[in-house]
Amino acid sequence: MAQSYMRVTRRGAIIGGVQLIFAGTLAVRMRHLQVEQADQYRLLADENRIKIELIPPKRGRIFDREGRVLADNEPVYQVTLTRHDAGDVEEVIAKLSHLLELDVDTLNDATEKMGLRRYRFSPVPVADRVTWEEFSRVAANAPALPGVNTEVGQSRIYPRGGAFAHVVGYVQRVRDVNLARYEDPPPVLRLPGFQTGQLGVELEYEDDLRGFAGIKQVEKNANGRVIRELGRQQGTPGADLQLTIDAELQEYVTARLGQESASVVIMDLDSGDLRAIASAPTYDPNLFVRGISFSAYKELRENDRRPQASKTVQDAYPPGSTFKMLTALAALDAGLVAPDETVWCPGHLEVSGRRFHCWKGAGHGHMNLEQSLQQSCDVFFYDLALKVGIEKISQMAKRMGIGERPDVPMSAVSAGIAPDRAWKLRERGSEWVIGDSVNAAIGQGYVLASPLQLATMVGRLATGRNITPRLIKSVNGVETPSRAGESLGLNENHLRQVRNGMYAVSNTRRGTAFSSRIVAKDMRMAGKTGTSQVRNITAAERARGVTRNADLPWDRRDHALFVNYAPFDAPKVAVAVVVEHGGGGSEAAAPIARDVTLQALYGTDPPLDAYPERDRSRIAAQQERLRREREKASKA
Amino acid sequence: MSYLEYSTKYVPKGWRKILHLNWGLLLLMITVSGVGFLMLYSVSGGNFSQWAEPQIQRFGLGLSAMFIIAMAPIWFWRNVSVVAYGLSIILLLLVPVLGVSAGGAQRWIDLGFMRLQPSEISKITLVMVLAAYYDWLPLKRTSKPQWVLAPVLLILVPSFLVIQQPDLGTALLLMTAGAGVMFFAGVHWGYFIGVITAGATTVWAVFASRGTENQLLKDYQYDRIDIFLDPSLAPLKEGYNFAQATIALGSGGLTGKGFMQGTQTRLDFLPEKHTDFIFTTLAEEFGFLGTMSLLILYMLILAFCLTSAFQNRDRFAALLTLGITLTFFLFFSVNMAMVTGLAPVVGVPLPLVSYGGTAMLVLLGAFGLVQSAHVHRPRGRS
Repeated sequence: MAQSYMRVTRRGAIIGGVQLIFAGTLAVRMRHLQVEQADQYRLLADENRIKIELIPPKRGRIFDREGRVLADNEPVYQVTLTRHDAGDVEEVIAKLSHLLELDVDTLNDATEKMGLRRYRFSPVPVADRVTWEEFSRVAANAPALPGVNTEVGQSRIYPRGGAFAHVVGYVQRVRDVNLARYEDPPPVLRLPGFQTGQLGVELEYEDDLRGFAGIKQVEKNANGRVIRELGRQQGTPGADLQLTIDAELQEYVTARLGQESASVVIMDLDSGDLRAIASAPTYDPNLFVRGISFSAYKELRENDRRPQASKTVQDAYPPGSTFKMLTALAALDAGLVAPDETVWCPGHLEVSGRRFHCWKGAGHGHMNLEQSLQQSCDVFFYDLALKVGIEKISQMAKRMGIGERPDVPMSAVSAGIAPDRAWKLRERGSEWVIGDSVNAAIGQGYVLASPLQLATMVGRLATGRNITPRLIKSVNGVETPSRAGESLGLNENHLRQVRNGMYAVSNTRRGTAFSSRIVAKDMRMAGKTGTSQVRNITAAERARGVTRNADLPWDRRDHALFVNYAPFDAPKVAVAVVVEHGGGGSEAAAPIARDVTLQALYGTDPPLDAYPERDRSRIAAQQERLRREREKASKA
Repeated sequence: MSYLEYSTKYVPKGWRKILHLNWGLLLLMITVSGVGFLMLYSVSGGNFSQWAEPQIQRFGLGLSAMFIIAMAPIWFWRNVSVVAYGLSIILLLLVPVLGVSAGGAQRWIDLGFMRLQPSEISKITLVMVLAAYYDWLPLKRTSKPQWVLAPVLLILVPSFLVIQQPDLGTALLLMTAGAGVMFFAGVHWGYFIGVITAGATTVWAVFASRGTENQLLKDYQYDRIDIFLDPSLAPLKEGYNFAQATIALGSGGLTGKGFMQGTQTRLDFLPEKHTDFIFTTLAEEFGFLGTMSLLILYMLILAFCLTSAFQNRDRFAALLTLGITLTFFLFFSVNMAMVTGLAPVVGVPLPLVSYGGTAMLVLLGAFGLVQSAHVHRPRGRS
């Protein structure tokens, strides 16, 4: 008995010892975890529970030069559903459908999401952009709708609609291409539903307009449900932009262009400010923000007047006769033409065996520089081209802003082309021939300029300064530098001769734009018509007699151009008008140029006595019609 | 030996028995259970009725059972050992027939008012029957092979049934506790060394054959073993739970985050926070000082039990006390080793603290036996 007792005690003591050792090991292990590595685990525990959430910044607004809102933010109301809280999802949705219109697609998306495990505790949007009435109805019935939440977000709105679509652009939900612009995209772009600039100023000034996201520290449980907010750091709202555009002028211009496929640029000559830069036809940018329907988008795409094209900057046209001032200036600058020197225009010129025609088949007779501008004689400029050569013409064009990309924050801004020998060799792989110079002299062939470049060109002719267009007036209240520019160093005498020619175009009986003159004495304008061929006229056609534009299908008609500045004595604005397939510059473009010039100079509908007497009743009716159209557009 | 052979002359009788209870042990157990109630209140986020209240009710029930068992003389318990063992085997056999399953395993029999887990009961009945066996077996035969075989069978039958449920953790506990009683009883060292060597050789063979032509297990079985040994290999499943438990434990630091302030617990990062992983909540909220205190409480319980066993000259009582003590130790040490990453994750609750009815009742019942052994120990000259 005693022996067995001793053995039990001994072996019990052995096991007891083993137990003590094991407990010691446990203690050492816990000391290791809880004392030595505690800091590390505390960090991990915080990482577990504390999640950083971004507060989207308010996007900067965009104003016109007078402070009228062009791009604003509006609250959008959203209804969300959280599956875990809803209990019977279908029943809740059925109840919701009595309170508001539920979109089938959004709903399908939502039910699909709610089926996923990780969305069990997350609110899923079931109705987007609901009206305030619907929103308040849902909010009022909240107690009967478990799991339903009403949320307010921000969305962009363009209160003045289409007239600014090409300038201001629009925002849309972030897409992959938007992220691709950044090496390391700002995290706020990854927020669901966040909007970012896609076009125009909205895109080019994206980084200023966006602002910086605030940060919210929240405690979340393992299921991702927010338990409480721990801290908040407010972000910075985006910068407000003020454009140089005069919204009312821009709207007038847009209405004046109507459904023409056309563009107008009006530049202030004191500062380079673009007071209007309009392409027609336009479209409603709000459609893109809210999500455009496929059919509406298809319609925009297939419209042959290209509503989406920003024609003022992205389209470069052969400038036609509007380029003649530059050929003249190049020749004057080179000392190759005198004011009273005349050239005989028989209606064509033979150059190395090829016949180049003047627009006037019968010929102009004797022409000096001023007359050749006034009547737009082509032969005179063919002759100048032979004397001056392409290099000098090209250099002059570049000095006047053609062939270099204008620095404006719009999309797809074209550089145009001021061709020379090197350019042709590089781009076309062939030698420059004399015929190319002849074509270039009258703005055909390889020469291309956008309406914005044409306006800049006229601005430089009118001021003699290196004026450049300015679209952004101020960023967050800080004025951007004036772009009036320095003197170009051109001979004032030469400039005067060209200006006189332009004056003659608009104000003398034989001028090509005499019918679209301004009669108000201190508002008179100096201009130049242009007609750029879209097709080649064959010899056979010419023999038959050139077909009149009106008899051609629309898309084969010539482009009509007009450039001008006004008032002649103290230039304030430079204007360029291009009407695609409009026919002749004097018939299609000059009347528009006169109307928009007067509108810009008076700041409102001009008095009828600024117009020649026989136009007044027609203009009065037009003013009335456009006023009504603008009112209608602003109401919509 | 029948109870008549006991020297009952000095054994207290009637209500006086209460005075002779092991009060220190009892108070320690109440303290540890109290810690359990606090922790259950905390993990429920302050909801008393969710876990703490039923646990207290069971504790009360278990405490009553403990008193009743303690009042009955130890020789009575020795005499019913075989019957108890037999009943527990029958219950284990009934599990596949009447059992309810939960979490892929079938371990419970639904009694209506509670769910009974027969494998818990068998832990105690096995120790009882082995202690009774060695009390009955003449000492000389203790290490004779045929007399060693019988207790081995007694261990293997319930172990095999438990493995079928499947509950490998409990089966291993049963085998270890059973082997422990055999060891206390004085079975020759050689048997234990033999078994340990054989076991080690098998494990070695299983791993050594991996990737060779005569691989002993299938590939996926090896993968399961790998994850079992190192949960971080499956970071989304077992590893996630384990990692969250370790974070909770470590982030408690020296003094902890404070009662009901454990973020891992409160924000549901912890798995099984009211059962097997409740120790991590204690560690998170009361820190190293808290975990050490609980470990010391457990060690004190062991010390009281061992002292009681060493003082007891009755072979059955001593073996029973040692066996139950060993089972208790295995419970809490394996649980703590598991949550601190020293042992693989096997489903072993923290005794007296984890939420669970059967475990609590069985444990208190077992300590009733320890108390009975203490109260009815032979006194004076035998």
